[in-house]
Amino acid sequence: MNDVTDGTEDLAVNLRGATKSFSSASNFSILDGIDFKIATGEFVALVGKSGSGKTTLLRILAGLESATSGDVIVPKARTVVFQEPRLIQSMRVWENVVIGIKDIQDLRALANASLAEVGLENLAENWPAKLSGGEAQRVALARALCRRPKLLLLDEPFGALDALTRLNMQQVVRTLCSRYKPAVLLVTHDVDEALALADRVLVLSNSKIALEVQIEVERPRKMGTGNLLEFRNILLRSLGVESD
Amino acid sequence: MSVSARRLLLRLVLPILILVVWTWLAGSTLVPELTMPTPLEVLRQWKIMFDEDDLIVQIFTSLTRAMTGLAIGGAIGFLLGLSAGISEVVENVVDAPLQMMRAIPFIALIPLFILWFGIGETPKIVIIALATYYPVYANTSSGVRNVDGRIVECAQSFGVSGRELYQKVIIPLAMPTILTGLRLSLIISVLALVAAEQINAQSGIGFLLTRSTGYGQNYAVFACVALYALFGLLADLLVRALEKVLVPWRSGVALR
Repeated sequence: MNDVTDGTEDLAVNLRGATKSFSSASNFSILDGIDFKIATGEFVALVGKSGSGKTTLLRILAGLESATSGDVIVPKARTVVFQEPRLIQSMRVWENVVIGIKDIQDLRALANASLAEVGLENLAENWPAKLSGGEAQRVALARALCRRPKLLLLDEPFGALDALTRLNMQQVVRTLCSRYKPAVLLVTHDVDEALALADRVLVLSNSKIALEVQIEVERPRKMGTGNLLEFRNILLRSLGVESD
Repeated sequence: MSVSARRLLLRLVLPILILVVWTWLAGSTLVPELTMPTPLEVLRQWKIMFDEDDLIVQIFTSLTRAMTGLAIGGAIGFLLGLSAGISEVVENVVDAPLQMMRAIPFIALIPLFILWFGIGETPKIVIIALATYYPVYANTSSGVRNVDGRIVECAQSFGVSGRELYQKVIIPLAMPTILTGLRLSLIISVLALVAAEQINAQSGIGFLLTRSTGYGQNYAVFACVALYALFGLLADLLVRALEKVLVPWRSGVALR
């Protein structure tokens, strides 16, 4: 079902009529004929209420679930940062970063370089249990990025972090994504986070892409830069939040 | 006082108390004369056995039996537990028979074992293996089954699969539970040793014990039993050492 190809030159993700229903008995589909594309190097945020199916959509792109019907074209080189760090407790931090990589000789050097990018080079020898939530999530980010993915899938990666750590993490993600330019799909319920990071924001509602907003505001963005507030109101309204 | 000195002291409190009560009890009129040696007399008895009965060789013989039986039983328990933990099909196939086998009082089978396996080392090792497979099986299977599926999914999404998935992810994460099983099996292997060594033993602690019982040498009986208790302590030390090697990462996860 999921055609794993490297897509075309300028297109990383191409979804056509992707539909997902969990039981054949009911007619309800959590995703109903979803169409969207992500260009190479484009940062797309997908927002939606809890239970709207945004994580399911991400899992389909990750190949962790398959669509009931429809065409899914994604690059082979794709990695996920999950909501929880999901580090393997029995492996040291650096081993977690390079887990599963087989075609590189000096894994330690790769791990160290990747950890340095997220500011954790001196924790390479630690056990994951010793890390704080923010540190663990940065390790998860290093693990996803050191493979130089063509598509980076972020599933509410900052959801469990405190507000300050979250801002730091967003900064790290922004810097690293602009350096390596993977196509990114960020799943989040936080409109401000989507606006801070994304080139384009999609709203998932009632099993469909209900709204698509191109955020043409230069970075770094602060609340109030350009017409961010206007975008914010549009997005919140489509999510059923009335703001003044 | 340093933490390790304090820990050692705490560990010694109860054994010392027991030695004191034991010494007092052995010298009192509460127990019939000549039926309970004092700790000092046990030491003296060990010295006699060391001189007259090659005590070191006997200990070595007994421990070899226990470890061989445990290695076989533990390996079977581990492999079955791993398979049952991974696959529901395997669990459905093997679990009920293993539970039934566990309920069989293997000591009652000793006469049959002698008919089946003779009176050499084989029946002794079979008994110990039969007595020890179960804790390792049960703990391995539950340890593997309880590994967080999200972690496994994540490892798979980063290209870990097949043998590597078991070696690097599933077995290490199940290891604390597996070691709990091994700890129980180690103790049981010492208990089973007593039963096993009643089969025509010409050597080993069980042989000394049987012989001493036959001659009514109560002090020697006591000295042999005290040896088994020491084996129990050794078993515990062994598992603690294994824990340090196999689950070094746990110090940050565990409650303490």
